[in-house]
Amino acid sequence: MTSKLWNSLLLNQRKKGTSRSSARFRVLALQSESSTVNRLKDLLNLDITPYTDKIIAEYIWIGGSGIDLRSKSRTISKPVKHPSELPKWNYDGSSTGQAPGEDSEVILYPQAIFKDPFRGGNNILVICDSYTPAGEPIPTNKRHGAAEIFSSQKVINEVPWYGIEQEYTLLQTNVKWPLGWPVGGYPGPQGPYYCGAGADKSFGRDISDAHYKACLYAGINISGTNGEVMPGQWEYQVGPSVGIEAGDHIWCSRYILERITEQAGVVLSLDPKPIEGDWNGAGCHTNYSTKSMREDGGFEVIKKAILNLSLRHEEHISAYGEGNERRLTGKHETASIDTFSWGVANRGCSIRVGRDTEKNGKGYLEDRRPASNMDPYVVTSLLAETTILWEPTLEAEALAAQKLSLKV
Amino acid sequence: MSLLADLQNINLSVSTEKIIAEYIWIGGSGNDLRSKARTLSGPVTDPAKLPKWNYDGSSTGQAPGEDSEVILYPQAIFKDPFRRGDNILVMCDAYTPGGEPIPTNKRFNAAKIFSHPEVAAEVPWYGIEQEYTLLQKDVSWPLGWPVGGFPGPQGPYYCGIGADKAFGRDIVDAHYKACLYAGINISGINGEVMPGQWEFQVGPAVGISAGDELWVARYILERITEIAGVVVSFDPKPIKGDWNGAGAHTNYSTKSMRNTGGYDVIKKAIEKLGLRHKEHISAYGEGNERRLTGRHETADINTFCWGVANRGASIRVGRDTEKEGKGYFEDRRPASNMDPYVVTSMIAETTILWKP
Repeated sequence: MTSKLWNSLLLNQRKKGTSRSSARFRVLALQSESSTVNRLKDLLNLDITPYTDKIIAEYIWIGGSGIDLRSKSRTISKPVKHPSELPKWNYDGSSTGQAPGEDSEVILYPQAIFKDPFRGGNNILVICDSYTPAGEPIPTNKRHGAAEIFSSQKVINEVPWYGIEQEYTLLQTNVKWPLGWPVGGYPGPQGPYYCGAGADKSFGRDISDAHYKACLYAGINISGTNGEVMPGQWEYQVGPSVGIEAGDHIWCSRYILERITEQAGVVLSLDPKPIEGDWNGAGCHTNYSTKSMREDGGFEVIKKAILNLSLRHEEHISAYGEGNERRLTGKHETASIDTFSWGVANRGCSIRVGRDTEKNGKGYLEDRRPASNMDPYVVTSLLAETTILWEPTLEAEALAAQKLSLKV
Repeated sequence: MSLLADLQNINLSVSTEKIIAEYIWIGGSGNDLRSKARTLSGPVTDPAKLPKWNYDGSSTGQAPGEDSEVILYPQAIFKDPFRRGDNILVMCDAYTPGGEPIPTNKRFNAAKIFSHPEVAAEVPWYGIEQEYTLLQKDVSWPLGWPVGGFPGPQGPYYCGIGADKAFGRDIVDAHYKACLYAGINISGINGEVMPGQWEFQVGPAVGISAGDELWVARYILERITEIAGVVVSFDPKPIKGDWNGAGAHTNYSTKSMRNTGGYDVIKKAIEKLGLRHKEHISAYGEGNERRLTGRHETADINTFCWGVANRGASIRVGRDTEKEGKGYFEDRRPASNMDPYVVTSMIAETTILWKP
């Protein structure tokens, strides 16, 4: 599957040519007409299944900054179907800011398996979370707390669904200026780029398309892609996913995306406001519904949920991504970071409810506050916690209902 | 050019029984790998069935011009990932025509130690973590580094991904599959702390095969970097300053260490290693003093110390081993350019045969 995709990426690079810095590794040493080209590609795409039962498992975890992904691989004696069949492993936490040098071992617990789109065959990607040798989740392990919330009976009964819209920006290497933008200058103002086509409007489509197929191959629940309002910015959506899966699928899709940009020689940015000024930021809108919201009378349940969310606005905002204050300004299709608001079909609100949902009296809500660098384990579990488990005091509820003109 | 590729990829087994055997040996510096190929009449799986061969030792610093023939004894066979089919790679060691191992032949002595009955009874296992650095050709500056400058400081690169953090992954991934294909016991890979630096692990391998497998893995790696137009360096401290060096940490265990009560055997073994620290260090790779400074996850070259989960020690014992009371330990002293025949046999000799 992979060789045709990489061919198109390689062709792109060839045209951009030798003006690129020699520092970038040219997988593109593969661009030469020489016959030696084929032998490295042959090895990379080698299907080892006829020669051995062994498979390669790439263990993936989140590093000390909470947004950096790390991975390393190990050989497993034969194909596996379930994470419980995989051994725990460990890594050097002192090299990722997660442990001191004298006590450096951090343990990896395999949690979710996906097919490896880079190695093919029976090889796999494994999403893990991190623990101390004594079995305690380390402070940066947000999955553990989320899994606890998602295994509480009330939450399980409500079958929470998530559809996450991950936006991201592609940057040219070395200059870190968006892909397609003239170095030292700016492109024409926003307008033509959203879902646009053409060499002057769409920059990096091969990455978005390769990512789409790679995720489908891997078994990630990717539901769509589109070019975004700011040139060089893209979006993909993952969902609907139930509970903890949403986090696992988003993190694995981010990993696959950064492996693809690595091969393409382009830098991935999940910064929520990559360019200051009259340019859109990047968010991670989170669509959410529970069983009650999806059934008849669901619209009332949605309104009650919005009420709860309005009373915990500050808690949510502080957990919705670093640097979000540069993005949530009230302009560029966002609501100001200090204000909580909601509305039907309103993209300038904190929470948007679709016209369909209003019309059918049931459906889902869209939390537009999370930034592109949010941790999906945190955001999804916090939404479940606030709307299913948490109860405000009656006075607070009444006051908020009045403020938001919500009759609940 | 596609005709050349077609020719290289011809499947010989369709038209002939003959196979190609690439004989590999270690040259005069103790670190340079050499190889040449010959045709054999049919597939071979047993090294004992392969013919001895010879090469021009005066061209590798291993013999004088007037008496230049050095004899190659085939020792281990692996499948050839470059030629595929039934073609093979053959790891050899070098002898005089009189049948004596030449001075740079370290395998001979190692094989003697590993066939000693006391050592054989202990079934010594090795897991070797080979680190290496990729350099841009011509400038000899690490891959991904701006020529004339430096990348951002260490932090984001260990196991990192992304075009600004991982340089040369295709080489590492191609190497992983090639080794699995060849039949080498490669157990994993990871990106290292210094950008442009990588690691692969071979093991667990028993006795002499640890050395054979690691040397052939190094050979396959250098053949791959040759294709990619990049230079591989096994220097233990390729860049001075606040940049990690490259090591070849050697994990080791014996039957007694793996059984109940093994932790005490481990502690005794570590004590013996401590008493022979200088002898080991002198055999653990040229230039190691530039790497073992006490910083950058190493212990100082003059100090011997050990600890559980401590990456700043000479010997590290894993938490699992401590908890279960048995397992293995990691000798973190060997440099990336160490000779695995020397290191593996010396550890076995000191811990099993040597009496203080």
